[in-house]
This record gives sequence, structure tokens and C-alpha cells, in this order.
Amino acid sequence: MKVFETTEKEEQAENDTFLSKKMQRRNFLTYAGASAAGLALVAAGCKKDHDNGFNRGTDLGKGDIGILNYAYALEQLEAAFYIKVVTTPYTNMSSLETEYMTAIRDHEVTHREYFKAALGNSAIPGLQVDFSSIDFKSRDQVLAAAKAFEDLGVEAYNGAGYLIKTPAYLTMAGKIVSVEARHAALIRDLISNGTFVGTDIFDANAINNSKTPIQVLTIAKKYIVTEINASNLPTS
Amino acid sequence: MNFLNILKDIEAIDPEITERLNPRRAAIKNITSFGSKIALSALPFALGTMFTKAYGQTNSSVNDVLNFALTLEYLEADFYTKGNAAINSTIPSEAARGALKQIEKDENAHVAFLKSVLKDAAIAKPTFDFEKVFPTVFTDYPTYLAVSQVLEDTGVRAYKGQAPSLLGNKVVLTAALGIHAVEARHASHIRQMRRALPTSGAGVFGVETPWVSLGANGQANDSGVGTAVDGNYVREDNIKHGDVTITDLKLSTGANISKKIAVESFDEPLTTAEVLAIANMFIVKK
Repeated sequence: MKVFETTEKEEQAENDTFLSKKMQRRNFLTYAGASAAGLALVAAGCKKDHDNGFNRGTDLGKGDIGILNYAYALEQLEAAFYIKVVTTPYTNMSSLETEYMTAIRDHEVTHREYFKAALGNSAIPGLQVDFSSIDFKSRDQVLAAAKAFEDLGVEAYNGAGYLIKTPAYLTMAGKIVSVEARHAALIRDLISNGTFVGTDIFDANAINNSKTPIQVLTIAKKYIVTEINASNLPTS
Repeated sequence: MNFLNILKDIEAIDPEITERLNPRRAAIKNITSFGSKIALSALPFALGTMFTKAYGQTNSSVNDVLNFALTLEYLEADFYTKGNAAINSTIPSEAARGALKQIEKDENAHVAFLKSVLKDAAIAKPTFDFEKVFPTVFTDYPTYLAVSQVLEDTGVRAYKGQAPSLLGNKVVLTAALGIHAVEARHASHIRQMRRALPTSGAGVFGVETPWVSLGANGQANDSGVGTAVDGNYVREDNIKHGDVTITDLKLSTGANISKKIAVESFDEPLTTAEVLAIANMFIVKK
């Protein structure tokens, strides 16, 4: 039933015929310095070994599966956050705010569960999160964190869109990112009415900013205990 | 195709072009921003040749998408430019006035941006008539917000529908997604403004959410505007994505995801034909 089965098989085929991670390293050692092909592998090897903090731990995978797992990781983070917001509401949360927070929680859980179901065996495990830096009794802190998560989510989907190779997956990402943007606008308006857009999230052409996976993970890392390996994600 | 000459032409404008182009892929993907000089001066010209070579996307197909987007942005910009002026004295608060002004500004920025990218290939602005469809749209504030919401929700769906036509296209797809997100932010705010309308007397709408929800009677059109805009919300009640039926999945509470939550969690795309049919309602035939 898995939506991403075809790609999963393709990925597997690629793995079988070419490079498991160990093989990649072995090739690197075998060919290094030996030929033009070797030089290319040296370059690839060096790039992989460059430590940006996201080259060990839970492997997101490569190709479209990698991007979908990346989205799944972010949805896990958002879902866990709003579950906690609803479980331990901040002081004086209004009934309208409770309604909104509960709805957003359910949307984020839905996104998370969708990715989990669609990715099937290719899905990364559940991530361990850490929100100890947020005082969940403080409206200001909770909304500030929510704003950061929602704006980051929009920037993440927008920055990863062009890396997706399968039209249906791109559409799927599009179906989710606009809902994240609706959340982002709402949260920003709850903080200060009328700030649904702003120069912190878009440019002079009124085009929303985007971020690369590494930029996003670098920001999200503060809240994710599980180490994430993003080194196999596509970069073009 | 004279690829090298084109590169030389671009180089005259942007000396760094050859560094930015990845020689193995010969792709414009590595130009990171529309804000660069090449975008404003030579991009449409560059697009055709390089996209055809690298991705099989033709100049005309990319321009078609951009002109499609421009049509929508002309429509939205015209709506707010005319409407904000006409309804100004009826807007109940400075906050509402400020928000509508901001949206007007954003839509006009989108028009200017798309025109700057398309240059000579940009289509001319059509003449729009909103009052022939909604006679009180520029005199009745709740109607104005309702139509605004419908246009913003439609804009979100329209951009989403074009994304696959820009697959892998870093520059144009990323910009289109960036506009898509801003339209969604507008839609969210306008929906909040509708919710803040008086709960009794003239202009009552009832409960509105910042996201597209299930209609009060279970219909796809949650706007309360009536069947005139059913086409704008067609398929928004979809609960199946690929092979995954969302209502089969569980919430954190252990309950199955309701149809309402399933509908709210995903915005659906519209096809080009569907969007043009909607836009044509407002375009004055010459």
C-alpha cells in the first residue's frame, strides 16, 4: 500500500548496484588519488566528511525518500510541541486560543501520521525531542516557539521543493506547506495582530523566504535530542 | 540553439555567471536568487535555452506558468487597489485597514516581480469587473472580506497546481512556492478578520477558521459565500492522498482523525483550466 514504494525500490536497487555507505568509503580509499575518477570521489568524500553536525545518527536517506523523511522529522517536532502546549496550557489561554492550539496540534499530528504511513518501511524512527528551554506556562514563550516552528516549517518546505523529483510528492509537500503558512500567520497574529507577513519572513517582492535542510536542522537541533544524518539528502 | 553565445551575453551583464553554472549540469539551478542582476535583466532569455537543455522545460512552458501567475496577481492586485479605496470609510478599524493595505501592497509586489521576470513576454493586464459577479463587494464590508478570502484561497490552490510544471527548477519553483506561502498567510488573516465580524446583526457569517475547513453541511466549500464559489473549493473535502486515507489514521488522543481535521490539514491544488475559468468570471471581454 505504501505510496512511496516505487521510489523505495529504486533506492534499494541503487544501493544494491552501487554504494552502500561502507562501499562508498571503500571506493574512496581504493580510488583516492589514482585517477580522474578518483579525484571526483575524493571531492565527494571530502564533502561528506565535512562535519556540519548532521552526518551521523538517524539517516534520513537519499533522494525523495530523504526529503520526505526530513519533512517527517519536522512534523514530528511540531506535533510533539503542540501536544505539550495542549496538555500543559499556558496561563490564561483563552477559549479561542485553546480551540486554535488544539486544531493545530491535530493538523500536525495528521501530517506526522501521514508521512509515517506513506513512508512505510522507509520512515525514520520516532525522534526524541527536548523542549526544556521553553516555559510552557508562559504565553509569550509558547507563542514565540510556535512562531519559530511554523515559520521554519514554511521555509523548510519551500527550500526543499526543488529537490523533489516526483511530481506527486511535490504536490503533497505543497498541500502541507500552505497549511503551515496559515498556522504561521495565525500564531504571528496572536502575538501581534497584523504581523501575518513581515520583512523577517519575506523579501521586497513579498516572496516568502526559504532555507536549506542544513540551515533548518541547525535551528531545529536545539529541540531534537536524536542525532540526524542529513548527509545523503540531495543538494540539487 | 546557440548556448555559448547566450552565456556570453549573460556574462556581459553578470560576470559571475559561469561560476554559478554547474558545468556538469549546465543548470540555472545554481543561481540562488531572483534578486540577482541576471534575474532582472536576462533570466527569461536564459531560462528557455538552459531549461530545455537541462530539464526539458521549455521557455514557453515556464513563461506560461509565470503568465498564469501574473493573471492571478493582476486580478488580486486590482481587487485590493479598487476595493480598498472604495470601501475605505466602511473599514471598521485601523488594524483591518492596515492589514488590507498590506495585502494590496504584497499583491502589487507580486505583479511587479512577475512582470520584471517576464519582461516582453508578460501579458497585458486584463480589465476586471468584480461587481458584475458580486454587486455589493465594494460597498458591503463583510462581502468584501468574503470575496477577498475566496480569492486568497484560490490563489493558494492555483500556485500549488502549477508546482509540478516547475519540478526541479530551483529559481522559479522556489519563487512560486514563496508566493504560494504568502497567499496562504493572507488567506489565514482574512479568515481571522471574518471571524472577528460581529456575531449578530448585519454581516454575520458565523465561525470561520484560518484554514480551509469542512463546510457547515459537510460540503467542500466552507466559505459561506454560496454555490457561486463552489468551483473555488472543489475537492477541498478530499481525505485521500496517494494510497493513504487520512481518516484511517489516529490522533494523539487515540481517536481516528475526523474528516474535518483531515480536510483542514491539507490544501488541495486546482488545475490551470479550473483557475482560468474562475478568473474569467471577473475578466471583461473586449
